[in-house]
Amino acid sequence: MDGETAITGFLAVYLFLLAAFTGYEVIARVPAILHTPLMSGSNFIHGIVVVGALYALLHATTVPEQAIGFLGVLFGAANAAGGYVVTVRMLRMFHSAKPTKSPRNPS
Amino acid sequence: MELLLQSCDLVTAFLLIYGLRRMSSPATASSGIVLAGIGMLVVTLASFLYAFGVSGEARPHLPVNLLLAGIALLLGTAWAWRGGERVPLTAMPQMVALYNGMGGAAAGAIAALELLAHPDVSNVRLGIAIVGGFIGSFSFSGSLIAWAKLEGKLPKPWRPRFLQIGNGLVLLTAVAAATAMPALLPNANLLALFFVSSLAFGALITLPIGGADMPVVISLCNACTGMAVGFEGFVLNHPALMIAGTVVGAAGSLLTLLMARAMNRSLGNILFSNFGETGREETQVTGQLKPISAEDAATTMCYARKVIFVPGYGLAAAHAQQKLYELAKRLQEEGAEVKFAIHPVAGRMPGHMDVLLAEAGVPYEMIVGLDEINGEFPTTDVALVVGANDIVNPAARTDKGSPIYGMPILDVDKAQQVYVIKRGQGKGYAGIENALFTADNCRMVYGDAQEVLGQMLQSIKELVSQR
Repeated sequence: MDGETAITGFLAVYLFLLAAFTGYEVIARVPAILHTPLMSGSNFIHGIVVVGALYALLHATTVPEQAIGFLGVLFGAANAAGGYVVTVRMLRMFHSAKPTKSPRNPS
Repeated sequence: MELLLQSCDLVTAFLLIYGLRRMSSPATASSGIVLAGIGMLVVTLASFLYAFGVSGEARPHLPVNLLLAGIALLLGTAWAWRGGERVPLTAMPQMVALYNGMGGAAAGAIAALELLAHPDVSNVRLGIAIVGGFIGSFSFSGSLIAWAKLEGKLPKPWRPRFLQIGNGLVLLTAVAAATAMPALLPNANLLALFFVSSLAFGALITLPIGGADMPVVISLCNACTGMAVGFEGFVLNHPALMIAGTVVGAAGSLLTLLMARAMNRSLGNILFSNFGETGREETQVTGQLKPISAEDAATTMCYARKVIFVPGYGLAAAHAQQKLYELAKRLQEEGAEVKFAIHPVAGRMPGHMDVLLAEAGVPYEMIVGLDEINGEFPTTDVALVVGANDIVNPAARTDKGSPIYGMPILDVDKAQQVYVIKRGQGKGYAGIENALFTADNCRMVYGDAQEVLGQMLQSIKELVSQR
């Protein structure tokens, strides 16, 4: 990835800062009811590590490197796929709960 | 090719953040995860384009590497997908822990690879790789322990006296190995020492933590994995990894703090003080547990004007959410005002109980949070506690010796009458005596939540037909 768009030095620090603020802001106004799905969702999002593992594996040159890379991709893929399924299943609950939100007599 | 890759990264970074944003509102949450999923699919497929850009050195290995990548992707995805589809909703927290651990391991693997293959990069980059590797390994072993604990594979918190010292030694070893790296790399033994001590540190920190604190630990591990992924992104110079990892790291840290605050404990307190030892001066709970039959409890509820249900994990463990909602509807028909009071850490994760009640079809407006509901208990006729314990323990308000002193609780004891549905006379998840159960206005209904609620429904039905 060392091309013209390489992000190094202070640019990297700025990116880090902005991304950190973004994460903070996204969570800050979340109702408690969504904390669990959101934790699961963010768990899915760091499954993007699989991409880094793929990159590393494709550049591997020795058997130990290949073995570590293989494990990395395996675990990364499990993180992404598992995180996705669990989050979708949790959020489906809210979806099915929506129709009952219609006004009911308060008596 | 480079341009295509970069565009995919850009699109993915956008989709992931936008997806996360949408996930933070109930109405748009479902579409949020799908958007993020599309982003993930795009970037994973696109990353096979790296095959065109590998150096001459790695080119001969490319076919094998591509095959390995394909197998690993398929295996990992298939295994996790099946596991995620099958697991019951009550067991979700440990699955999140497990998958989170996998992510940590992947970040650790990237760090190991980079340190093994490119030890000649600048010290800053080396440092970032090392820190990321440490956090990733920590998160991996910590998550696995959390998973094992919630699965019930490690029933007792393990707290030998030498643990603190052992922790310190292991951490020192990891730091020493890390500082020696710039001079000694490439050195496989040093790397192994570093990763083994990092893993041991994660496990040793998590082992003595009680089950009640596991949600915070899982959330912390989640934040750690995010950070580790972000750091490895900086090492690989991969913008999508940097952004997604850092966003999750920051969001996860905030979520962890919110959770810790909901339990009124500092993070350091949870991680480093051994839960349970602080409770030595705990005042003895005196008084008798007063049992009552489900029928009698149901009769009282039937004539109540205002009933508040306080569900805990025990409700979910007994799969009785449906029954509880049925009872709520039934009481509403009899003219009672019924609400569900949810403690922020009811269940095994913040918001876990909300998910479980939503699954049973309980509408949002019946579910009320801690701050809003607490003022209502004094005007409540009946509070029905189902499978909850620590979150209604008045010792948190009054007993300075109690380990949960200061934790906000639901003031159930202020209701006119309290019924507690409980399986047996045992202690709660945190292993603390509960003064509520022996209070004058409290009666215990022993039995499986599902059965007891069924009996209550039946009694109300009979009672109404007699009128």
